[in-house]
Amino acid sequence: MAVPINAPLAPRRSWAISLVRGALVPLLAIVIALVIGAVIIWFSAPANRGTRLEVVLAAYRGLFMGALGSRGAIANTLVEATPYILAGLAVAFAFKCGLFNIGAEGQLFMGALGSVTVGFAVTGLPMIIHLPLALLAGALAGGLWGAIPGYLRAKTGAHEVITTIMLNFIAFRLMDYLIVSGPLRDPTASLQRTPFIQASAALPRFIGPVESPGLTGGQTYRPLIVTSDPAWNLRLHLGFLIALLAVWFIWWLLNRTTTGFEIRTVGANPEAARYAGMSITKNFVLAMFVSGALAGLAGTGQALGLERNIKSLFSSGYGFDSIAIALLAKSNPIAIIPASIFWGALNNGKGMMQAQAGISSDLIRIVQALAIIFVAADQIVRWIFRLRQSESDRMIFSRGWGK
Amino acid sequence: MQQTLSQPQTTVTASTRGNVTRARIAGALGVIIAIGLIAVVVSRVDPGKVSTLTIPQPGGQIGQPLARIPLPTVPTVIVIQTLLGLAGIYIAIRQPLRWIVLYVSALIGLAFFTILLWAVAGSSVDLVDVLARVVRLATPITLGALAGLICERSGVVNIGIEGTMLFSACIGYIAAILTGYTWLGVAAAMLTGSVVSALHAVLSVNFKVDQIISGTVINLLAVGTTGYLRGAFIVPYEQRSGAEIVAQALGRQQIPGLWRIPILGPVLFSHPPITYLMLILVFVVNLMLFRTVWGLRTRAVGEQPKAADTVGINVNRLRFWNVVGSGLISGLAGAWFSLESTFRFDDVMTNGRGFIALAAMIFGKWTPLGAFGGALLFSSADALQIKIQGFNFGLPRQFLQMLPYIVTLIVLAGIIGRARPPAAVGKPYEKG
Repeated sequence: MAVPINAPLAPRRSWAISLVRGALVPLLAIVIALVIGAVIIWFSAPANRGTRLEVVLAAYRGLFMGALGSRGAIANTLVEATPYILAGLAVAFAFKCGLFNIGAEGQLFMGALGSVTVGFAVTGLPMIIHLPLALLAGALAGGLWGAIPGYLRAKTGAHEVITTIMLNFIAFRLMDYLIVSGPLRDPTASLQRTPFIQASAALPRFIGPVESPGLTGGQTYRPLIVTSDPAWNLRLHLGFLIALLAVWFIWWLLNRTTTGFEIRTVGANPEAARYAGMSITKNFVLAMFVSGALAGLAGTGQALGLERNIKSLFSSGYGFDSIAIALLAKSNPIAIIPASIFWGALNNGKGMMQAQAGISSDLIRIVQALAIIFVAADQIVRWIFRLRQSESDRMIFSRGWGK
Repeated sequence: MQQTLSQPQTTVTASTRGNVTRARIAGALGVIIAIGLIAVVVSRVDPGKVSTLTIPQPGGQIGQPLARIPLPTVPTVIVIQTLLGLAGIYIAIRQPLRWIVLYVSALIGLAFFTILLWAVAGSSVDLVDVLARVVRLATPITLGALAGLICERSGVVNIGIEGTMLFSACIGYIAAILTGYTWLGVAAAMLTGSVVSALHAVLSVNFKVDQIISGTVINLLAVGTTGYLRGAFIVPYEQRSGAEIVAQALGRQQIPGLWRIPILGPVLFSHPPITYLMLILVFVVNLMLFRTVWGLRTRAVGEQPKAADTVGINVNRLRFWNVVGSGLISGLAGAWFSLESTFRFDDVMTNGRGFIALAAMIFGKWTPLGAFGGALLFSSADALQIKIQGFNFGLPRQFLQMLPYIVTLIVLAGIIGRARPPAAVGKPYEKG
């Protein structure tokens, strides 16, 4: 049933042509989604903000300025993009093995929990040991949470689409218990949250002032470059670099190693892979472990780089957005980066859109969902723009319940 | 679950060795759960305490209940769980394959019952109310499972039921507050359900988009759009005209005569309308699927589309209309959330019930009656956690809230047997 994704035998084309051809449909899908978004704004424009056309223009100007209009805005867009890069990569990687990981959200929770627990409970270590240890704990927690559905799928046939969703709900309740009334709650805080992590476990910001200990439970978090200039007070942290490294690592793993070859083969044709002596179970569990670990790292980045603790209801929506990003990038590890930055820009700019045009920022979620429809149903886009389809453009990821 | 001839195929595909392991796992699970529950209850509950189950007078008069059943908590739990453990040992050793499903269902049901006894130790609980709640809470899960089943029997995976329900709940609620008639809201919800399902049908049947992707897209679109509608329309409307909203949640309708029967009356014949519709639809869909021409064609298209095509059935047209029609049922399930169980719309209020419905469908091996059984299993987890949240006992509330999801995992993990879906499910049909 599955058609090989970037099959090794596909004819080689110049990279420039394949780049244009590959990016064309997602770009057109985004354009259509933004146009439909404009139509929705047109019809729901508040009366006191000028003509309908003015409202549409003000909304999109606000969106753009909020996302990329200043140094701080650009930095915040990249901050927003960081978890999307890792979680999107997680979904894309599982796709390569023919698995559909809808559970990035739960794995992200577990990753955040693991890293923060190591971050505040372990004390007295130098940063060079403590920070990697916390990152590792997060990746491991997310990876194990992801490996469960992989194992169930391989051994019992329980479809990962349902098991990962169930594990999301379980992770959510578990987190609620641990933080609200359980052992991870900070007893000295009135807010329902864990204690702040040690400074030695924090992912440092690149540049900015030293964060005031008054707001961080007595911890002193230092950026890499300390400056008191408010123009350089940026939230961008080392997690962004880790996300880029992860993209390179996954690209390398998939395209340059035997493990990656096996995973892609199992994804493309499990029967053939089994016939060639590859273990389906091993590859399913491995792929879901790596996928979960990436999602876990996404949570780790948010927890160690931004929040420095976990509050109840710490994140929501990353799980579904990561699917969207994997689709937008057509599961290509490198393409995950621009897709995530686009997503982060929309999320970062919607606040200013709401302020300047009076349009509810939830509109952006509709635009995002529409973009995904048009990317997933690329036949619609091709039909609108009369594009021809080449065989390598097809993307069929998943299989039914049975096999 | 009885084996009927109408099952997709009666040939045994799983190897015998797999079945043996399955019996061992089920038996071992039973023994572990039994020992665990006995240990916890004995260590946590004062041996003198009594759990009282009450059965109220039918008709809901307040006063002396019809019956009070005092059960000494610790001995009762020990007896129930010992029997269950012994049965588990028997299952593991003798491997009677046809009993495994029944055993696992009993295992989960009695584990819930034990937790209930533990929670109400030293106090009392209205047993009939718990059972009635189980039936009511099974409504969205059963309806979702029926919708999923109609799609899958004709060869289309519908993972988008969750999103379809959410859309319907939202639009149905808006229609109800605008028109003032709750039933118009229900009609709008059903219409919404079929329109959203039509999107899934167009994407997956006509455009041959991967069916899982297409369903996921609907789930994404539902969260975004309903969030937008709530923020941009529902909340402002409620604040502006809070007093003027005349519509209200669908009320309980007692079936004349029948509702006075003790126990059975409150459990089956004293519900709001969508719950009745669910109970009726289970049998209607069962009849239609296995006793009508439409049902035969639907099953043929889901198992052997090529053969069905050869005898003149238009495969893709039948699939399209089945998916659209099943949307009416998902829409009804959506209406349950915002128009029957409560009268309001919250963000993401379906809370995974659409996915649990699919698990119930798999549990029921793609039959309506089986799916209803699965839905009852999940809803009893739900009813239990809602009913005993008020009691203060050893287990934190969050672990009780996990129960429906954990049960889903256990069921899906194939302890009840590897489920065999319709053969052509998930595969777009291309003529030729």
